Amino acid sequence: MDSFLPVQVSWTPQTAASGSDFYPYTNNAGTVAGISGGDFCVMAADTRQSFGVGYLINTRYQPKMFKLSNGSVLGTSGFYADGLTLIKRINQRLEWYKHAHDKEMSTPALAQLLSITLYSKRFFPYYARVLLGGLDLEGHGVVYGYDSIGSYEPCLARATGSGGSLIQPFLDNQIYRKTPLGILQAPHTLDQVKAVMRDSFTSATERDIQTGDYLELFIITAQGVDVEKYDLRKD
Amino acid sequence: MVSRVDVPKGGFNFDNYQRNLILQEKGFSLPKPTKTGTTIVGTKFKNGVVLGADTRATGDTTVMDKNCFKIHYLAPNIYGCGAGTAADTDKITKMVASQLELHRLATGRESRVATALTALTQFLFRYQGHLGAALVLGGVDVDGPHLFSVSPHGSTDKLPYLCQGSGSLAAISIFESQWRENMERDEAIELVKEAIKAGIFNDMGSGSSVDVAVIEKGRAEVCRGMEVPYPTIQKVDSYKFKPGTTAILSESFRNFVTITEGDAMDIS
Repeated sequence: MDSFLPVQVSWTPQTAASGSDFYPYTNNAGTVAGISGGDFCVMAADTRQSFGVGYLINTRYQPKMFKLSNGSVLGTSGFYADGLTLIKRINQRLEWYKHAHDKEMSTPALAQLLSITLYSKRFFPYYARVLLGGLDLEGHGVVYGYDSIGSYEPCLARATGSGGSLIQPFLDNQIYRKTPLGILQAPHTLDQVKAVMRDSFTSATERDIQTGDYLELFIITAQGVDVEKYDLRKD
Repeated sequence: MVSRVDVPKGGFNFDNYQRNLILQEKGFSLPKPTKTGTTIVGTKFKNGVVLGADTRATGDTTVMDKNCFKIHYLAPNIYGCGAGTAADTDKITKMVASQLELHRLATGRESRVATALTALTQFLFRYQGHLGAALVLGGVDVDGPHLFSVSPHGSTDKLPYLCQGSGSLAAISIFESQWRENMERDEAIELVKEAIKAGIFNDMGSGSSVDVAVIEKGRAEVCRGMEVPYPTIQKVDSYKFKPGTTAILSESFRNFVTITEGDAMDIS
């Protein structure tokens, strides 16, 4: 993903030493994951916010998932300030949409909006790795995964952020049930998905130093969004 | 014919240095050594020294080892905690431990902390900081308890309490607020544990559990995993695969031994 960031190429420690020592991004890291089910969607993120360089923890509790006005949930990791700005812009657009059309935007439409918003900053991207979770027009759970400049696709299970590469293969195995003989699809219950999510994060926290402190689960159903909070390692 | 013998020049050979710089410019970067974020501390007390260390080894933002041992043996009465490049701290302490053992055999005397300190600093200075080894050195010898810190360039500090590594700022805050002169053994151990825990929780490069070494006159005790401040969180589910999960595509049996006759084996 970092290859999309032209500024990273021009702002190296070498150029920093020669005068231009301003770097507009900080990596606040953290992990976000989403799993979609038949009539639900579970989004999860840790709540640790760390400082890009060095080994500093800014805070142990700074939620990085946001419930949007249309009932879907947007999870962000990477540069927290860019994540916040993105959320602000998206929420503003959702409000305009509501006033113009007298209804809430659907999650698939929001997924498209998010993509074009990210691409509008193609050459100075939001340094945010985002995941969108919600219910589609038929009421099925959906998770949309993105890169930082707007490429996106719907998926069954997705993990991103600093611990994303640790969690994704586990989700491939447990949710996609990929085997050499093909995909053995089996419907998952909400409880199964929640267990997989919690265990993914406790394991990722063991090996990724930027993930930890608390886990927040956002459970999206037709009834609304439930939030649950669990402990993670704090070291 | 008279052949001239080239006398080897002493010192280092830097031939590859220039080559490596050129390679780096062309995009072939050197392999990176494991640099561990660390919290290591040491304090003197009434009649000895307590050393402490966390047990996390990191490679960038990944935990490479959840339970590594950072308190190195130097002599029966001297130990050293290592921070920085893992390979360097391991090797240097091993080499000095070997030197000290030979020295003890030659002299028939107990090693002195100052001897270990001199061996370490002279070696590190020779490498001009290229060996990334930062150490907290502690021991008890004929002159009593000693505590030193050694920097990668070979400079030293002699202090009643000290910390090193990425968690040193968190750890020193505990010492600066709670350290007292002539503490009892248990008090000193408790303080060291608190200092390491400050590093474990507030520095992302440090983690897992607390190792402690207590060195007194005629007695040294190393306690691995003296405190595990955060127990492993139990999994909610079990991920054992059911028997038969792996598909069998084809089977073939062959008899390597043909049994023709004989009695059954006595297995009573």
